[in-house]
Order: sequence, then structure tokens, then C-alpha cells
Amino acid sequence: MNIVVCVKHVPDAQGERTFNASDNTVDRENVDGLLSELDEYAVEAALTLVEAGEGEVTIVTVGPDAAADAIKKSLQMGAHKGVHVNDEAIHGSDAIATSLVLAETIKKLSAETAPDLVITGMASTDGAMGVVPAMLAERLGLPAITYASELSVDGGTARIRRDGDVSTQTIEASLPALVSVTDQINEPRYPSFKGIMAAKKKPVEQWALADLGVDPAQVGLDAAWSKVESFAARPPRTAGEIVVDEGDGGTKLASFLASRKFI
Amino acid sequence: MPASRVLPTEEAADLIRLVREFAAEKLAPRAAQAEAEGAFPREIFRTLGALGILGLPYPEADGGGGQPYEVYLQVLEELASVWATIGVGTSVHALSCYGLATRGTPEQRERWLPDLLGGDLLGGYCLSEPQAGSDPGAMTTKAVREGDDYVITGTKAWVTHGGEADYYMVMARTSDDPAERAAGISCFLVPADADGLSADPPEHKMGLMGSTTATMRFDHVRVASDRLLGAEGDGLKIALGGLDSGRLGIAAVATGLAQGALDRAVDYAQERETFGRKISDHQGLAFVLADMEAAIQSARAVTLHAARLRDQGMPFSREASIAKLVATDNAMKVTTDAVQVLGGYGYTRDFPVERYMREAKVMQIFEGTNQIQRMVISRSLAKPSGTITTTAATTTAHEESH
Repeated sequence: MNIVVCVKHVPDAQGERTFNASDNTVDRENVDGLLSELDEYAVEAALTLVEAGEGEVTIVTVGPDAAADAIKKSLQMGAHKGVHVNDEAIHGSDAIATSLVLAETIKKLSAETAPDLVITGMASTDGAMGVVPAMLAERLGLPAITYASELSVDGGTARIRRDGDVSTQTIEASLPALVSVTDQINEPRYPSFKGIMAAKKKPVEQWALADLGVDPAQVGLDAAWSKVESFAARPPRTAGEIVVDEGDGGTKLASFLASRKFI
Repeated sequence: MPASRVLPTEEAADLIRLVREFAAEKLAPRAAQAEAEGAFPREIFRTLGALGILGLPYPEADGGGGQPYEVYLQVLEELASVWATIGVGTSVHALSCYGLATRGTPEQRERWLPDLLGGDLLGGYCLSEPQAGSDPGAMTTKAVREGDDYVITGTKAWVTHGGEADYYMVMARTSDDPAERAAGISCFLVPADADGLSADPPEHKMGLMGSTTATMRFDHVRVASDRLLGAEGDGLKIALGGLDSGRLGIAAVATGLAQGALDRAVDYAQERETFGRKISDHQGLAFVLADMEAAIQSARAVTLHAARLRDQGMPFSREASIAKLVATDNAMKVTTDAVQVLGGYGYTRDFPVERYMREAKVMQIFEGTNQIQRMVISRSLAKPSGTITTTAATTTAHEESH
């Protein structure tokens, strides 16, 4: 089975995340970035499936130079090869344009070997929209089975479990298909030192929009359907409320929680 | 804040990133409870083995990571900055592989080394005895040749991983000739399940309770002669050679422990307020923190200096002793000061710094007491020195070792 995993290089949530003052896009230059934690689950899901049989895991990312680290980490975990789509014109793209670039990348890969599965995380940890998987499936004409907390493949069928608030659903799709996975699906592995050494020798393609036949006017900030108008730092947290127990501490706590709709 | 580091290669930098991530996610949440309960974290060493951490300083051809000591020691430091027991255990395991890796025949290495370096097996190191610690030449444990076997009888003390390890590198006397006091000792690789080998209950130590330490009793333990490492009589030389490298490991562990203590102290000093200011803004405390940082950076510098000598294939015994002495004495001072910075809270078991202080103490004692280190250093002063070398030599040595 051949699997394409789409991953994103995002600003480290532990760092001081901010926006560029010039165009209100996410600052990806002055903060440490990493492979989006939610995408590690997608990489692990793909590796688990391929290791149970045979085939290859190809990592696709769209992003500036630093995004190469997201591919590197995925290759260190055990993926076989990578494609890095890097083009100035992509800067500021919205989800629609991102899904276009990803779709054209996967189509180009398919000219050689069509993937049986495309796996993504459930959302990025920076944009956090969670819409790219469905958009990508639509563009590729693939069935989309999303928010998988379990994934298995049997013959030509992929089966997932999706946990909702009031029900658990089992959903099937015929291959080829697109699956997005949640952080409940597995425990992503750490790269081993052998994996780190092996990753140095794995192939990573560098593609620009011209390689994909994508018109630069279709992507980037100017083509985006949504833009950040303004941003401001969240005000620092105010001091908490101290409840003094004068025999009625329990009642006070309960009414505080009720006022916040916790109970 | 973790230490800033300069690594020789991109893969070494990625290795440090991996170890930091693993330590923060898998070690930090467990350390305090495991130390309080004295629970030996055997499965963590399996994971470290699978990640390739346990065999880092040994050749790739033997299943190791082929990394220079300069890199390996910084990995140890990162582990120990979060959980000293894991740093110590990793260092001791590397020590227990030393005899086989450096003196084993190709057949011996091929047979046992991949499992040792790959982490499927955990090792212990049996040199000290109840009456022979700093003076290993006084050991009485015997290995008597009987046909194709050796029969080992005696008692080994202070064995890290004693009773938990899968095999032990054991030094035992193969000659009773008083003229051959040191030269009558040989080195063996003994499997833990050998008949007649047993462990006493673990020692009740002041610290490092997660790291099992026990006395091992050898009651006519029979091992095949192909478990002799090197020639008969080479044992003490092998043991002491391993200790030079082991001392570097402990110097790195002590540096990491001190870094962990400083990090906790700085966090606290930036939150705690007295007289309307953070305590880190009071000069009396700020200067304590500054001295802690200076001590840690000094320890790191001498340790990595010794490591780089070793990586170049140059003599490093004196520098290893200096590193062990400086790093562990500094760790004792730094961890004690960390308790002072946290004040009353620092003295409670609700905060980790009192544990760090207890853990630092043993580092001045094991792998050669700091008095022994001073002896090694002072004796070495009578020998020729003043070697001048270039960094080009370092590059060559690295290429050869890969």
C-alpha cells in the first residue's frame, strides 16, 4: 500500500507565537517551528499500515524553507520520501489555495504511483480550521472519512471509527480514499538514532508552483477568501477569585461554577 | 532553560532534540514518584535501547551509534538534567559494554554486543568489593580455571543494576601470586541467570533510589572460558580503562543534574516575591544564581574538553579525573544552593531540589571518590605534558571513527 501523508510545519505552541506586522500573516521566521503535533498521528498511522505489509509513505508539505524540518522529522520517524512545495507566491494562502496546491502535488505524484490512501491530521495547530482534508478529497475526487480515532484497511476498503459526543460511528470507504486522524488514534513514535541517520539519505523533491502547473494568481494572500484584519495580544490573565470559607464555602464554590456554566 | 549547545553534526543536533523531547515527555512526569518509591524503571532503558541511545559511543559495525564522546556526553547530560537515575544507568550500561567492545574477539563481539548495544539487554559492572573499593587490587573474588570453564566465587559490592541487569562485566582474581596483585585480575562477561549468582536486597541509599544498587554474590558460578574478555591478567587494566570513560559519563550526569537544579531555582526565583520584588531581583540571591550558572558552564567545559581529547585518540585520563572532580563537586554546591534559593520549600519533598542535593552527593563518591580523582591528577603531574595539537586532528579522528 502506498500512502501520502500531508503535514504542516507550524510555530511551536510553547514559543511566543505572533503575526507579521506587515501583512498580518503568521510569523514563521522569528519563532521555532516544528512538525505539527497533530500531524505526527497521521505519520504514525501511515507507518503502521505500511509496516504491516509493504509499500511506501510519501510526505508532502507546503511551506517556506523551514518547513523542510517537518519532512525531515517524518523521514526520521520512518517515512520513505518527501515532497516540499516551496514558492514565494504561496505565502498567505488560505485553506482553499492550500488544498489546491496539495491536490496538484498529489496528482503529480500519482503520475508515477497513485496512492491508495491520503492521510492528514485533523487540523493544523496554527490555523486550526480543519477544512483542508475535505477540500483536498473533493479536489482529488476521493471519498473523505474524517476524524478517525481508529483506522484499518481490509482489501480495498478503509474503515474508521469516529467518536462523536453522543455516538460512535464506523465508516467505510473504498480505496483510494482520504482519511483524517485525531490525536486518539495512536501514540506517535520517537525517531530512533538510526532513523535520524537514515533520514539523511532519503529523497526529498523540491517543487515550485510552476512544477505543478498552478497559476500563482490562484494562491497567496491576494487570492485568499479570508484575511486577518488586525491582531492584538491577549490581555494577561487577571488574578483569580478567592473564596473565603465562612461556613458557606461549598455553596459559594457551587454558585461560582454555576455562574460559569461548569455545573 | 536547557543549555545552549554546539554540536559537530546535524544528526547530533537532531539527536539532542530527540533526547530533549523524550526526556520532557516520558521522563519528567515519572521521575519524582519513581524516586520516592524506589521503583527501577527497567522499561525506560528498553525504550532508550530501541531509540539507539544505549549504544551511542560504540562503533556502528558493532550495532552502536558511532558517536564521539563529545556528542554522547551531551546526551547523558540532557537525560540527567531531567532524571539522574536514567543518566547514571545509561553511563553504567556503557561502562558494562566496555570490556567486550574494546577487548572482545570478533566472535565474542558478534555474539553478544548487538544485544547489549541495542538495549535488549541491560548491563552491570562488578569491580568493588566490601573490602576493596578505592583499592581494587585488594579484591578477593576468585575465578578458578576448571577444564573449559572458570568458576567464580566471591562478593561484589555497590553494583548498579545489581539484580536487574541481564549480564555483568566482572573482575575476578585468576592468580593468587602476591607478586601479581594487580596483574592477577581478569575480566569476564557473566550472564545474570548463571547458576550460583544472586543479588542481595537493594541498598537503602540516601538518593538515586530509582537506580537499584545491590551486592552480588558469586557462589561457584561456572562460566565457559569464552566469556573471558582479553587475556588472563588484563582485568584490572580493562576495568580502569573503562573507568576513565565512565568518569566522563558521571561528569556529564553531574553537570546535567546541576543544570536541572539551576533551572528549578531560576523558575522559582522569578516567581517568588519578597519585599515587593522578585527574589531574583535581590542581589544576594541573583549572585547565588550567577555562581550556579558559572559552576555548571565550567563543569561542562572541562568535561567536553576531556571528551574531545578522547575523541582524538589522545590520553585523557587526567582530564577525565579533573572533569569528574570538578563536575561532581560543582553539582554538590549547585544543588545545595538550589535548596537555599527555594528556602523552606526547597527543604520539603514537595519540590525536587532536595532530591537533587541527595543525588549529587553520591556522584562525589562513585566511579572513584573525588579523593581518588585528586590522586590520579596529582600523580599525572609528574608525567610529560604540553602536547600541542590542532582541530584538524579532531576532524580526522572523527572520520576514522565513523
